[in-house]
Amino acid sequence: MAENPEGWQPRILAIICNWCSYAGADLAGGARIQYPPDVRAIRVMCTGRVDPLFIMKAFTDGADSVLVSGCHFGDCHYLEGNYKAAKRMFLVKSLLKNIGLDDRRLRMTFVSASEGAKWAKVIEDVVNVTRELGPSPFNREFGELKELV
Amino acid sequence: MAEAVSPTTSEKSKAPRIGVYICHCGTNIAGSVDISAVEEYARTLPNVAHVDNYQYMCSTPGQGKIEESIKEKGLTGVVVAACSPRLHEPTFRTATKEGGLNPFRFEMANIREQNSWVHMHDREGATEKAKDAIRIAVAKASLLEDLYPKSVPVEHAAMVVGAGVAGMQAALDLANAGIKTYLIEKAPTIGGRMSQLDKTFPTLDCSQCILTPKMVDVGRNENIELMVNSEVEEVEGYIGNFDVTIRRKASGVLSPKEAEARGIVGGGCTGCGDCVPVCPVTKPNPFEMGMAPRKAIYIYHPQVVPLLYTIDWDSCVKCGLCVEACGEKKAIDLEMQDELVKVKVGTVILATGYELFPIENKEEWGYKRYENVITSLEFERLICASGPTGGHLVRPSDGTTPMRIAFVLCAGSRDNTGIGKPYCSRFCCMYSLKHAHQIIEKIPGAVPYLFYMDIRSFGKAYEEFYYRIQDEGAKFIRGRVSNIQEDPKTKNLYVYAEDTLLGRPMELEVDMVVLAAAVQPTDLTNKTRKLFGVSCSQDGWLLEAHPKLNPCGTTTAGVYLAGACQGPKDIPDAVAQAEGAASAASIPIHKGEVELEPYYAMCIEEKCAGCGMCVNLCPYSALSLVEKDGRTVMQVTEAKCKGCGTCGGFCPGGAIWMNHFATPQILAQIDAFLIGGEQ
Ligand SMILES: Cc1cc2nc3c(=O)[nH]c(=O)nc-3n(C[C@H](O)[C@H](O)[C@H](O)COP(=O)(O)OP(=O)(O)OC[C@H]3O[C@@H](n4cnc5c(N)ncnc54)[C@H](O)[C@@H]3O)c2cc1C
Ligand code: SF4
Ligand code: SF4
Ligand code: FES
Repeated sequence: MAENPEGWQPRILAIICNWCSYAGADLAGGARIQYPPDVRAIRVMCTGRVDPLFIMKAFTDGADSVLVSGCHFGDCHYLEGNYKAAKRMFLVKSLLKNIGLDDRRLRMTFVSASEGAKWAKVIEDVVNVTRELGPSPFNREFGELKELV
Repeated sequence: MAEAVSPTTSEKSKAPRIGVYICHCGTNIAGSVDISAVEEYARTLPNVAHVDNYQYMCSTPGQGKIEESIKEKGLTGVVVAACSPRLHEPTFRTATKEGGLNPFRFEMANIREQNSWVHMHDREGATEKAKDAIRIAVAKASLLEDLYPKSVPVEHAAMVVGAGVAGMQAALDLANAGIKTYLIEKAPTIGGRMSQLDKTFPTLDCSQCILTPKMVDVGRNENIELMVNSEVEEVEGYIGNFDVTIRRKASGVLSPKEAEARGIVGGGCTGCGDCVPVCPVTKPNPFEMGMAPRKAIYIYHPQVVPLLYTIDWDSCVKCGLCVEACGEKKAIDLEMQDELVKVKVGTVILATGYELFPIENKEEWGYKRYENVITSLEFERLICASGPTGGHLVRPSDGTTPMRIAFVLCAGSRDNTGIGKPYCSRFCCMYSLKHAHQIIEKIPGAVPYLFYMDIRSFGKAYEEFYYRIQDEGAKFIRGRVSNIQEDPKTKNLYVYAEDTLLGRPMELEVDMVVLAAAVQPTDLTNKTRKLFGVSCSQDGWLLEAHPKLNPCGTTTAGVYLAGACQGPKDIPDAVAQAEGAASAASIPIHKGEVELEPYYAMCIEEKCAGCGMCVNLCPYSALSLVEKDGRTVMQVTEAKCKGCGTCGGFCPGGAIWMNHFATPQILAQIDAFLIGGEQ
């Protein structure tokens, strides 16, 4: 792992659906499962709501990673929003590569309302991968391309 | 840049003035988050006009603080940093409303479930995260708009899916409360598992004796429309107005009512059974766990409700002999087709029960390989006076009476090997004690040996029952059975286990082994739950809205749970939950109307290019293209839209406004997190 700049803390945005992942995250809390505090979550009703614009905006704002998390396939509260979201993630990943971002900075996961432990694991994973990748080039304080944004 | 106000907002709202309230939740939050640092920080945020903190914001004084300061400070929006919105959003929306604001001008920052409770040893990290969460919430609250939930009328009818003891109880309660209730059962009769049981613990009353009167009540209740041989095929709509399509499988037999509808006067099945002796096809009866025969035209058992014969099409050879035997009643129609029936109901209860885990998967116990290894349900049928042997417990291998019987408890339950189930199946300890008692009572000199991990006798009068069975002479061996071997000559079985109390391995020769197999949800339950949008737990049991505070509800408004489909439950618990679910399901119906969250989509017509991409994306067909002022634009049918936002997440022109989750509101949250709010 390359040495990360001093003082950098990963800034990770999570956009999560109300019915599964948000509930799963709440369950992790109820069970007091500890995980790193580097992720900030925004709640939407369904991952289908996640506009590629939101993700691109987060990266141009300097996010080091973005996590989109919803229900398992077949379990979406609105039947198929998560399929549509998952398809869009491929598109966004290729966009990210085009602008020179490692596409591991974007991740989509499926965590159900009963998977508190899995939520904690996902966060740990995302934080670890982000630490491995270091600050995003667009990170406003630590990124190589910070002047650009 | 996206439009900052919705298409229906006429005037530009006044400058936002947000009140921020930080909850200590006793030490739940204050223990890991530095409340005063967070409060100081909140004061520095743009648009924040008031900051306060309190021990318990959800308490009456806490809510009072919100109501007062909205009025005093002329606030336009409210942010409460506390627990999860999934818990207290409704509470604080009410407080916001009491203060004179539209309740949707409220946003919650979750600093408990997703912060203080998961970063208990990182005060600095938790405090920074709480500051960010509040900044994000303030950004959203600054852009929130007035919304008005729509009231829709609730259909004065309910549906119960599954007619085991739980579903029957729920249907009876609803019907007796004056609600038309459709009871949907996949089997040809109601009753469920309980009708297969001989006696019930701990009182030992005869299962059929207490169940049959209930079955009869269900059958003749005027408000219950019973549909057997039926499954849910399709579900549309939402609380208050579910349109459910039921597939009524062709039974091949007409009820008197159906016969009358076809103009057959005085005809229809009377349950006489004249068709049975003539039928040339014999198959195992699943009700008797395959241990007794039935014909291709059959009933499960004499007490079935409704008393109508059914044809098993897989085995029927269509010889027509039964039609002849039935004669003038003209009840049999060998060409009968499945029928799709549409009904409209306001609320739904799922009560689809459980099945036994296929215990042959635990190969070490030899079920299906060794004849004298049986399951607990097979035991119930063998010991039951109306069962295949008239209540004489016999060995399947030779018909002799077993004198040494081993019971393997937790068979496949509390099993982390990956082949069994990690959970406790809850009623097997108790019914195995019951089985031990039945053996001692019925077969003089017979000895039951119970191999257990620990006896879980948690219910009322259960522990006493346990002592009673100990006193009666049942032998208890604490240890898991590792292996069972059959003596090929005698068909006796050798049970190997470690007696963990004596700390030594043991071997025991017995005449019969009964496996108290784990229980699991059925495949059909899984299919049905998806139709209603109900989640399940990791093990597949249907998921309640809240394990403690809403054990009968689900996250789909208007859908409730009863009985063992939600997790292993004995009869008292299944019935209790059924009564709870029936009460919950009747509330919206008696109220007559429900409010729907106003999170529907709207079209920003100036931006809409009329491309129609969104139309196909909507899973509920809520969108269409219309001509307006010489242009093609998209139109939303609000009543159909459930507010998922899938269309809004896609529209290339940003022409869809999702109420309460609008693009500018979400972008403001993202900006607030990453660049502090200023653009
Ligand atoms: C061997 C054994 C002994 C037991 N002894 C006792 C005892 O002594 N005392 C006690 O309290 N408990 C006992 N129990 C537990 C008892 O069986 C359950 O508590 C009870 O049956 C639960 O009732 P239910 O209505 O929830 O489910 P079930 O009885 O499983 O009923 C579910 C019903 O729904 C129908 N169904 C399922 N899916 C669908 C669908 N998708 N559409 C339409 N219909 C559907 C099924 O056909 C069934 O009729 C015993 C269990 C076993 C296995
Ligand atoms: S038609 Fe079918 S059900 Fe009737 S007697 Fe023949 S095989 Fe049996
Ligand atoms: S938000 Fe859009 S996609 Fe979702 S239900 Fe409403 S109209 Fe359909
Ligand atoms: S509701 Fe969770 S992904 Fe659609």
